Amino acid sequence: MIIPALFFYLFAGVCIAAAFMVIAAKNPVHSVLYLILAFVNAAGLFVMMGAEFLAMILIVVYVGAVAVLFLFVVMMLDVDFAELRQGFLQYLPVGALVGAIFLAELLLVVGAWVIGPGVPQTIAAPIPTGVNNTEAIGRVLYTQYVYYFQAAAVVLLVAMIGAIVLTLRHKTGVKRQDIGEQVARTKATAIEIVNVKPGQGLGA
Amino acid sequence: MTLAELWTAYLWPLIVIVAQSVLLLVILLVAIAYVLLADRKIWAAVQIRRGPNVVGPWGLLQSFADLLKFIVKEPTIPAGANKGVFLLAPLVTCTLALAAWAVIPVNAGWMIANINVGILYVFAISSLMVYGIIMAGWASNSKYAFLSAVRSAAQMVSYEVSIGFVIITVLLCAGSLNLSAIVEAQNGPLGLFQWYWLPLLPMFVVFFVSALAETNRPPFDLVEAESELVAGFMVEYGSSPYMMFMLGEYVAIATMCALATILFLGGWLPPFPVAPFTWVPGVIWFTLKCLFMFFLFAMAKAIVPRYRYDQLMRLGWKVFLPLSLAMVVIVAAVLQFGGLAPK
Repeated sequence: MIIPALFFYLFAGVCIAAAFMVIAAKNPVHSVLYLILAFVNAAGLFVMMGAEFLAMILIVVYVGAVAVLFLFVVMMLDVDFAELRQGFLQYLPVGALVGAIFLAELLLVVGAWVIGPGVPQTIAAPIPTGVNNTEAIGRVLYTQYVYYFQAAAVVLLVAMIGAIVLTLRHKTGVKRQDIGEQVARTKATAIEIVNVKPGQGLGA
Repeated sequence: MTLAELWTAYLWPLIVIVAQSVLLLVILLVAIAYVLLADRKIWAAVQIRRGPNVVGPWGLLQSFADLLKFIVKEPTIPAGANKGVFLLAPLVTCTLALAAWAVIPVNAGWMIANINVGILYVFAISSLMVYGIIMAGWASNSKYAFLSAVRSAAQMVSYEVSIGFVIITVLLCAGSLNLSAIVEAQNGPLGLFQWYWLPLLPMFVVFFVSALAETNRPPFDLVEAESELVAGFMVEYGSSPYMMFMLGEYVAIATMCALATILFLGGWLPPFPVAPFTWVPGVIWFTLKCLFMFFLFAMAKAIVPRYRYDQLMRLGWKVFLPLSLAMVVIVAAVLQFGGLAPK
């Protein structure tokens, strides 16, 4: 029993420390790197709970794709740190308010475990015995909640198409490569065979 | 808890795991030394050169001479570099590449960790590999390195998508995320014609090309395109940090070869399930198949000219993504309506 506990405290401790460093680090790129560390440790915690599928998906989706794009954007930003710190006091009240709301919500969520009557059962029996984690998630997701799952997918699809529509610009006057057009070219349209007489050249 | 319980419950398993890991790492690293040499020799042979042939007989000790040179050289860190991240980047690359081998089964039951989501684990590790490159590119504080990091981020994220779909088609056929179970699902009386390379031939091709892109191998090595970016993200690195990048890169290639072997070439299974083939241990078949895959990687490097960046993106998003998505639908439909779906 002692080894899992040790690993739990290792992952949880590093996760919280990394999460703190996300907001404490001065360099935004370091913040994102700490965020990635926090994600990876959260994945470790998932594995400890026997949710290995969620752990791997967390790493593939959040760390492997989303955080890469974060890092991509943050690296491109030209941030002036002195200027960034100037407005600190000015924005402090708003930030403090948002922080307080978050804290209250977190306390309510944690409190619900104690107050809510049905909650302990749902926490206690997550995985049916005899099937592995992936299968258990699949069964619930594709049978019981299939419409919600599909609806979520449609929402994502709409968001994706929306983003493409908003950013797609077809500039005129830009040379573009059209592979189909290139492949469809025939000998007749591509080259012209001219019988050049010696000493005369091609000039008019 | 008594000492005896502690020994049987924790200490002995710990010793076994450490011993297995060390054994795997040693074999893997020695194999990588010769794979690197083979890469250079194959490349040389295609161009009618001799390749490295001075250190040791036929140049067999070249990689070890290189290792010695990398280790004894002084590592330099540019003045403008972000020191911590600069040194962390090669470590991340190398460690992640080696970590993927923890779940690779080289024979029936021969792996360090037989986890249920083995294929997802390898996929997750390979998607993390991009961080080594991005961190190196950013921390070097150099334009070449940064351009390379930006290129690699876009490239690796793009080709991961098609690799993901390829893996999904294989999973549909095998019905498991466990790498050993995927290999066992390819076992049958028809031998090598029952491995997934034949029924899923288009996916095998997509996987091979995507693996080239995912490991930044030519013809998709725009990340280190020497004619425009010098050496890309590695331009500021020297001595052991550089060596760790090279090591990580080749281990990642070996991982991709192993993954192709497991997913499409039947892992440790013999090509025909009859007498003379079944006498050979599975690990030999696994190694031979990996080497065959690596030979294809090396030939692609020697033969194919480098892609342009927009062509690379077009191939990833406009060719491979629709193709692999369509294949997922087709394979799922055939399995469902043909009554072939694994239970």
